[in-house]
Amino acid sequence: MSDLEIPSKTPPMLETRQVCKQYQSGTTTLEVLRGVDFTLKEGGFLAVVGQSGSGKSTLLHVMGLLDAPDSGEVWINGRRIDNLPVREKDRLRNSSIGMVFQAYHLLPELTALENVLAPLLIRYGIFDWFTQRRAAQEKAKALLDRFGLSDRLHHRPRQLSGGEMQRVAIARALITDPQVLLADEPTGNLDEESGAGIIEALAELNRDKGLSIVLVTHDADIASQAGGIVRLAAGTVDIMNSGAADSAA
Amino acid sequence: MADNSIGDMYKLLLCWRYLRTRWIALASVISVTLGVATMIVVNSVMAGFSHEMQTRIHGILSDIVFESHSLSGFQDPQWHIEEIERAAGDQIAGMTPTVAVPAMLSFQVRGQWVTRQVMFIGIDPRTHAQVSDFGQYLQHPTNREQLSFSLREGGYDTTDSQSPTETPTRPALEHAGWPHRRMRVERERLWKERLETKKSAENTTTRSVDQQVHDVLAATSPKDDSAETSSDVTEDGESRKNPFQTARPAQGRAMDPAKEQFTGIVPGIGLASFRNRQGVDQFLTLPGDDVKITFPTAGTPPKAVSDNFTIVDFYESKMSEYDSNFVFVPIDALQRMRGMIDPQTGIPSVNSIQIRLKPDAKLNEVRDRLREVFPSDLYAIATWRDKQGPLLSAVDMEMAVLNILLFLIIAVAGFGILAIFFMIVVEKTRDIGILKALGATSSGIAGIFLGYGLFLGLLGAGAGLVLGLSITYNINQIRLVVEWCTGSRVFDPSIYYFFQIPTIIDPVTIGWIIIGAIVIATGSSVLPAVRAARLHAVEALRHE
Repeated sequence: MSDLEIPSKTPPMLETRQVCKQYQSGTTTLEVLRGVDFTLKEGGFLAVVGQSGSGKSTLLHVMGLLDAPDSGEVWINGRRIDNLPVREKDRLRNSSIGMVFQAYHLLPELTALENVLAPLLIRYGIFDWFTQRRAAQEKAKALLDRFGLSDRLHHRPRQLSGGEMQRVAIARALITDPQVLLADEPTGNLDEESGAGIIEALAELNRDKGLSIVLVTHDADIASQAGGIVRLAAGTVDIMNSGAADSAA
Repeated sequence: MADNSIGDMYKLLLCWRYLRTRWIALASVISVTLGVATMIVVNSVMAGFSHEMQTRIHGILSDIVFESHSLSGFQDPQWHIEEIERAAGDQIAGMTPTVAVPAMLSFQVRGQWVTRQVMFIGIDPRTHAQVSDFGQYLQHPTNREQLSFSLREGGYDTTDSQSPTETPTRPALEHAGWPHRRMRVERERLWKERLETKKSAENTTTRSVDQQVHDVLAATSPKDDSAETSSDVTEDGESRKNPFQTARPAQGRAMDPAKEQFTGIVPGIGLASFRNRQGVDQFLTLPGDDVKITFPTAGTPPKAVSDNFTIVDFYESKMSEYDSNFVFVPIDALQRMRGMIDPQTGIPSVNSIQIRLKPDAKLNEVRDRLREVFPSDLYAIATWRDKQGPLLSAVDMEMAVLNILLFLIIAVAGFGILAIFFMIVVEKTRDIGILKALGATSSGIAGIFLGYGLFLGLLGAGAGLVLGLSITYNINQIRLVVEWCTGSRVFDPSIYYFFQIPTIIDPVTIGWIIIGAIVIATGSSVLPAVRAARLHAVEALRHE
């Protein structure tokens, strides 16, 4: 486990310490996470794999501050974040964490461009927006262009294919220049070819921009393209192989 | 820095998008619109009616009425007027004494005697117009400038001088005055002659009575001119010299009704006419006709006395209560006939003093000042508002109840918005989860729905304002269209005495209606907004 030790100078980008989470449904208590220790180095690309119900998504939600752990700690870039006030968590989600979901989760009323701009629309007030608008739109267009969507700027989500929607979603996650990107089965709803394109795009982001990525998947092939693999089983980390992530970092 | 700013740009964008894509929400806007429009129209019309009524009441009554409790009145009005002047003279613009007694008015219609119960009011023709709008309610243009109780040589309005429309609704008044009187006298004379000739079995004429009257009038036309000049004298302020003015024919000499008149009276138009369904007034009697009035004397116990009078004009205040009740007569004639003049000192008594205040005077303050000076067991001092208090408060009450009922319409619209918004929150659960995942705060999410409600309220109230104002401005045209479509009269002038539906648009009232509608629309979106804000991000994202 020596490669997981934290170098004293640079703290890990994302870290969970003994995170526990349980759900109460009626009289039965479901323990989803039972003390998960997880570390992602800066610039790392880890795939989290495991069977359905092993707690992959819950772990990702806890790391993405969408859900609070019952116990344990979540650290980002050397700062504990699970106990921050609600407002501060909202702000972190808006600025430091990018999220991509299996079902794309685009807003149907907005165009592709507006969906990409959504995090900035949430961040800025009306007056700030009018001062930032031009730069933000340029940035969003550049991102969409990079994902080959420059002719889809003003299309609504329902006019786009699955692969296109997921690329819009990734662009939206990147518009805020997040410190870490959390992807929850981003290829789950896509055919093999589109899925491969998405994974390729993520790998490229990791390689070229040094973006730290956590990718949740149940597909071993996809997981193998990541720098390292963490296997979750019964709510704990079963295997943690982040050798490749080391080399990437 | 961005982390200190309150992000609200997305709320604006999403509200706008929801407004454009959720037509069902616009349905609830329609009920807000209709509620606001109805409230504006009803309030404007009610305010118009109320104002019209108050103006008329105020025009008829003077500002403050100073009355004695007894029917015999109080002595020496001049002393009272001076005392009132001393108490509150700085705020008083004019005063006039009056005598009012209940009486019976009898007049002949086609040989039948018609008797009506009336209020017989003695007024000073020179000062009465100073304390109320009495003058403008008369039918002869010259009388409107300065009332005279002498019969005019024709020239009465055949149209309603207070109505903006020029259609003649009173053709009967064309011949009113001396021509009518002469024709009547001539007709009676010929009728008498014909009866006599019939009796003597010599039917010398086959011509109709009307033709004969016409011939006689043509032959006596020079007399018309002299009669005219004699009545014109009144306009030079020489009215007292007019031999017909309030003069009773000399005792013992038979009066010539074609040249002389009895004491002039001005009855309310409702006593002498009725309006038919076509809006044309049918007259039972006209200026120039003689009537009998029976009234009590001032003694104890009062004795009923009768006298003959000649109608010289009609009074039309458009308040049917007054128009079918009041008969005006010169005050000195009434005082003399009732025995209200002290035979030794010659000092008259009056029932009341009508007081008109200066425009900026304080009504209740003057009343209270007078009440301090004059004992309340002898004198009743009341403002015109006090006198019509029950009527005015009934109208206010009516308006308040109507407003509550109509506001409930908007409240119902609010519940519609509540239900629709709950539906939209359920439908948009996943989107709410997305927004939270992207960093939107709970208050921001609530803000979207509150803003949406505010938008709907503004839209509904704005549309209601436009609709309501355009209906109010065009209500009389709309009435005509409705009457044309249905064939029945929506607004019958024979009932209301107004020719147009009066409206007053009060910006303050409209402001409150608009604010109320917006508050209700925004208020009904509070519960759905709170519900949306409380949604758990992960659960919302899983929602299908």
